[in-house]
Amino acid sequence: MTTKRRGGVMGNTGLCIATGVAAFLFLVPFYVLLRNALSTDARITGEHWEFFPTHLQWGNIGELFDDPSVPFARSLLNSLVVAVSMTAGILLVCSLAGYALARIPYRHANKIFYVVLGTLMVPTSVTFVPSFVLVSSLGWVDSYRGLIIPGLFSGFTCFLFRQYFLGFPKELEEAARVDGLGYWGAYWRVVVPNSLNFFAAIATITFINGWNAFLWPLVIGQDPNSWTVQVALSSYITNQTVVFHQIFMAAAISILPLLFVFLFLQRWLVQGIAQTGIKG
Amino acid sequence: MSTTTKPALTGPAPAKAAPARTWRGLRGSRTFNFWLFVSPFLAGLIIFIYVPIGWSVYLSFFDARFTVTPSNFIGFDNYTYMLTDPKFVHSLGTFTVFAAFIVPTTWAVSLGLALLVNRLRFMRAFFRSVFFLPTACSYVAASLIWKMSLFSGVRFGLMNTVLGWFGIDDIAWLASPDPPWYWLVIVSARLWLQSGFYMILFLAALQNIPAELYEAAAIDGARPGWQTFRHITLPQLRATSTAVVLLLLVAAYQAFDEFYNLLDKTTWGRPPLVELYYTALGTEQDYGAGSAGAVILTALIVVVTLFQGRIMGFGRGEESK
Repeated sequence: MTTKRRGGVMGNTGLCIATGVAAFLFLVPFYVLLRNALSTDARITGEHWEFFPTHLQWGNIGELFDDPSVPFARSLLNSLVVAVSMTAGILLVCSLAGYALARIPYRHANKIFYVVLGTLMVPTSVTFVPSFVLVSSLGWVDSYRGLIIPGLFSGFTCFLFRQYFLGFPKELEEAARVDGLGYWGAYWRVVVPNSLNFFAAIATITFINGWNAFLWPLVIGQDPNSWTVQVALSSYITNQTVVFHQIFMAAAISILPLLFVFLFLQRWLVQGIAQTGIKG
Repeated sequence: MSTTTKPALTGPAPAKAAPARTWRGLRGSRTFNFWLFVSPFLAGLIIFIYVPIGWSVYLSFFDARFTVTPSNFIGFDNYTYMLTDPKFVHSLGTFTVFAAFIVPTTWAVSLGLALLVNRLRFMRAFFRSVFFLPTACSYVAASLIWKMSLFSGVRFGLMNTVLGWFGIDDIAWLASPDPPWYWLVIVSARLWLQSGFYMILFLAALQNIPAELYEAAAIDGARPGWQTFRHITLPQLRATSTAVVLLLLVAAYQAFDEFYNLLDKTTWGRPPLVELYYTALGTEQDYGAGSAGAVILTALIVVVTLFQGRIMGFGRGEESK
């Protein structure tokens, strides 16, 4: 044991061990996922735990997409469409409203703001029964409309945009006003281009939430062709016949897009969470 | 309107002056612009949030099995049914137990990870990413990994394999409510999924603590470690801690994904949303009782949120003192 500097090094060794152990535990589920996805069922259920498959079974990918019982490729496409449109829609609708509430002086703005605040008290998942009743009477079950549109009107995101725009430098808008731009022009030409960091943070978090959402897609997706990838995964879990390597491959593929998002957009994500405290 | 004082700018053709002036007037009008910006959001908010809740209140007074346009008014029967239904009442108990497990453990683990990462001198970004990575994972994917491998009740599950190395028999983690091993599975899954997120909140708060506080404490003879943690770090984190605890409570209240997937088709261990899912969308399709349940859960969370608002306000007051 190296104890050249009193206390410090001992403390550091302990720190390193604790961090290492914690990191190991946090990585175990990813290891199991990868191991099982690239093994054969015989190896997974074998007598002794195999630490890693000696022959990587990349063929599991093809087998997964060829299996007709669950439309897995379709579910990936559905998730992509839903997550991308939700991100674009939420950014557009909520940022406009948040901007108006922060920056356009209007007599009844306070009353409108209370209407928005009222929805913050109730998490949308708690009201999934009423929402389902409405969406099913609109005939939107099993459709992209039903999956996407009811989720666009996030009072919380609107509130976050309002808070952000309250702190946006007034001078920039005044300069735009001097150049003859109205509110609309100033918003698109000056406010949005100067807020891209905040938009990126909200977009990253919204995309992750859209991709990982489960309860609402489960309620809406009654036909397998309208399943998102999370609903498809869930159907593997609750299926009677279990093909281990196949369902682990499905889980691995479902996580892959978000790992890319994490690798490339982590800066915005961390910044966004630290600024806003939104659930990722 | 100030725009009317400079009509010369509207162009040479006098015939077009009138519409051009209205346009300019509208463009500068605060009322018009306010509604231009707000109405898409507001319309959606009313249609997709307020209308369903109102409709739900309406449905909750009717016998609405297999229909959303009922005619049989039954007063408060749906409410008495739900509130005396042992399954629904039990689901509130399940939530309470779950919150009692998950809130303190996540608080402690995420704070612990933040303290570790904050003190690292090298590879800090790497370890932060490792702890944060599970946030990318969905609850469904985690449920799959937990149920099919880590806590699989069969011999080749990872936990049972590890226990086997020590000569301990296989445990059926999810198969029965007694002994309630399923809590270990559910709590560890959520702990893994959400700790990294709250770690980020704590890290941001830790970095906002002025270094002078620790320097002053060192001069006063405080020993780094437990003493400074107890008397500087914890009090400085009070606002963040309060916020984290409340966020965790609200998140636990909405728990659905992992319970639904891990405890598939069991009648025990159902939190409120899972119970409601089976009431309204299971074989019964009882929208009346389901709506009454949704109204009850909404009322409960509104009470909690209002209470939370007071606590948060209180916390902020302490911080700015």
